[in-house]
Amino acid sequence: MRPSRKITATMSVLLVACMLASVLLLRRLDRLRPDSTLQEVLYISSPKVLKRLSLGYDGLLADIYWTRAVQYFGSKHFAAASHYDLLAPLLEITTVLDPHLTVAYEFGANFLAPKPPNGAGLPKRAVELTEYGIRYNPDDWRLYNDLGFIYYTELKDYTGAADAFARGSRVPNAHPFLRIMAARMAQHGGEIGMARMMWTTAYQSTKDRSIQANALAHLRALRVDEDVTALEKLVSTYKDSTSHLPSSFYDLQSAGLLSAMPVDPLGHTYKLMPDGTVQVRDPDAIPFIEKGTPPGYVAPSPKFLPSDTSGS
Amino acid sequence: MNPRILYIASNTFREAVRDRVLYNLIAFAVLISGAAILVGQISIGIERLVVVNLGLTAVSLFGVVIAIFIGIGLVSKEIDKRTLYTVLSRPVQRWEFIVGKFFGLAGTLVVNTFFMAIGVFAALLYVSRHFQSADGWILVALYFIVLEFLIITSLALLFSSFSSPLLAAVFAFSLFVIGSFAEDLRGFAAMAQGATHWLATTAAYLVPNLSSLNIITSVAHEQPVATQLIVSNTLYALLYAGMALCGAVLIFEHRNLK
Repeated sequence: MRPSRKITATMSVLLVACMLASVLLLRRLDRLRPDSTLQEVLYISSPKVLKRLSLGYDGLLADIYWTRAVQYFGSKHFAAASHYDLLAPLLEITTVLDPHLTVAYEFGANFLAPKPPNGAGLPKRAVELTEYGIRYNPDDWRLYNDLGFIYYTELKDYTGAADAFARGSRVPNAHPFLRIMAARMAQHGGEIGMARMMWTTAYQSTKDRSIQANALAHLRALRVDEDVTALEKLVSTYKDSTSHLPSSFYDLQSAGLLSAMPVDPLGHTYKLMPDGTVQVRDPDAIPFIEKGTPPGYVAPSPKFLPSDTSGS
Repeated sequence: MNPRILYIASNTFREAVRDRVLYNLIAFAVLISGAAILVGQISIGIERLVVVNLGLTAVSLFGVVIAIFIGIGLVSKEIDKRTLYTVLSRPVQRWEFIVGKFFGLAGTLVVNTFFMAIGVFAALLYVSRHFQSADGWILVALYFIVLEFLIITSLALLFSSFSSPLLAAVFAFSLFVIGSFAEDLRGFAAMAQGATHWLATTAAYLVPNLSSLNIITSVAHEQPVATQLIVSNTLYALLYAGMALCGAVLIFEHRNLK
């Protein structure tokens, strides 16, 4: 029996119409229940159980969980969240499923360690994650470098950082920079020149655009911190000699303390405040700065410059 | 090879193709190309890993599903359609029928794996832009997956020789799952005491050890595979498949087909 053309056409139209209608309805339902699709739930939280359930296909499951961790961090970071409750468990599951997934340690530690909104504010968990990675990948010098970085930047533990760099320097084919870092960290841990050296090396030792953009942003922030410190010192010198604060940077120029109008790394002039402090014009545009911000300033999620991420 | 076995094997292969078994290649192509294109946008630093992990896992799972669902019907379908009586009324031995069916399905799976392997390497070339020497280990992983198919096919045939298709599917799939835990089972046996120890040890050696045939994660990380492992796995898979096939022949030889 030949199929009826009329029925075929009617059913095809009905099929498409029902499909479109169901999609539209589902979107409407999602709007009515906004939290229902984005609940912070880990249905199976035990990495060991998940490893067993994977039936030996643990590599693929690790990739899925790593992607989930990236998506979770990205969405929370975008929303400038102050809590990243699932991040550490997701990274733990990922690395137990595939202990050799080094990318999860490198990026995961950078997601965990910095304070919100730049990260989860869990530097100790970041150290644990990286140490776990080192246990399974003892010949990967980058993990020791990451560990030293966390000790240095987040925990300000220069002894721990020196130890991590020293351990890394003993790995075959390790970057020679680790040996220098270990020695310098022990002597000059808290100095700004040390920080600049670390971020410069971080920029040079990777081809990943996001890591390079992050390093450039930190280098810019270091320059601002250095500029603000130097300018406030000049203001103090001016006050000591004239017994009053300068009303603008022109006063400092007239006094011969400053040769030109000071500008931040983005080319904007610094602001001299009535109380003698120095601020940047647009603190949101220069992430990670610790000085030069208005009192009570809360930094938003860092936005990198297009030129940083394009690699130009 | 015995010409009668060859004839039954080629017929089994043709029947599988007629049953559109190779249509799974379309699903595989969509899956692997989708992963190759999308993963770079939603994740960080795992484009190559996902292509290898997802590609080889899909090759393995698709093949296991085909091995089980085609394998369980190889004997029962012939009985239901009464074509078995036509075959056995000719100068064909029962063991030749079973062995021919085994080679026919194994051949189907090898052809299927060959086309999927081309897909995996094409996706790998797309994400990496070039091949490297470590990619050669993926071929070893694919070879181990084929060895896994031989074991699963022989088991499906064994169960199909004495039980209904539904029960045979349940048995074969259960053994696939238990086989994936074989190393855990041996660990449990080592810890157990008395009669439990002997029972667990017997069970651990009776179920197929599929975990040693799964090297997907290690080749994804470009880790080399020891020659000794390749030789041992080959011998083990051939011996285990041979054992299951002998069991299938023994049962089928004594089965009352009237």
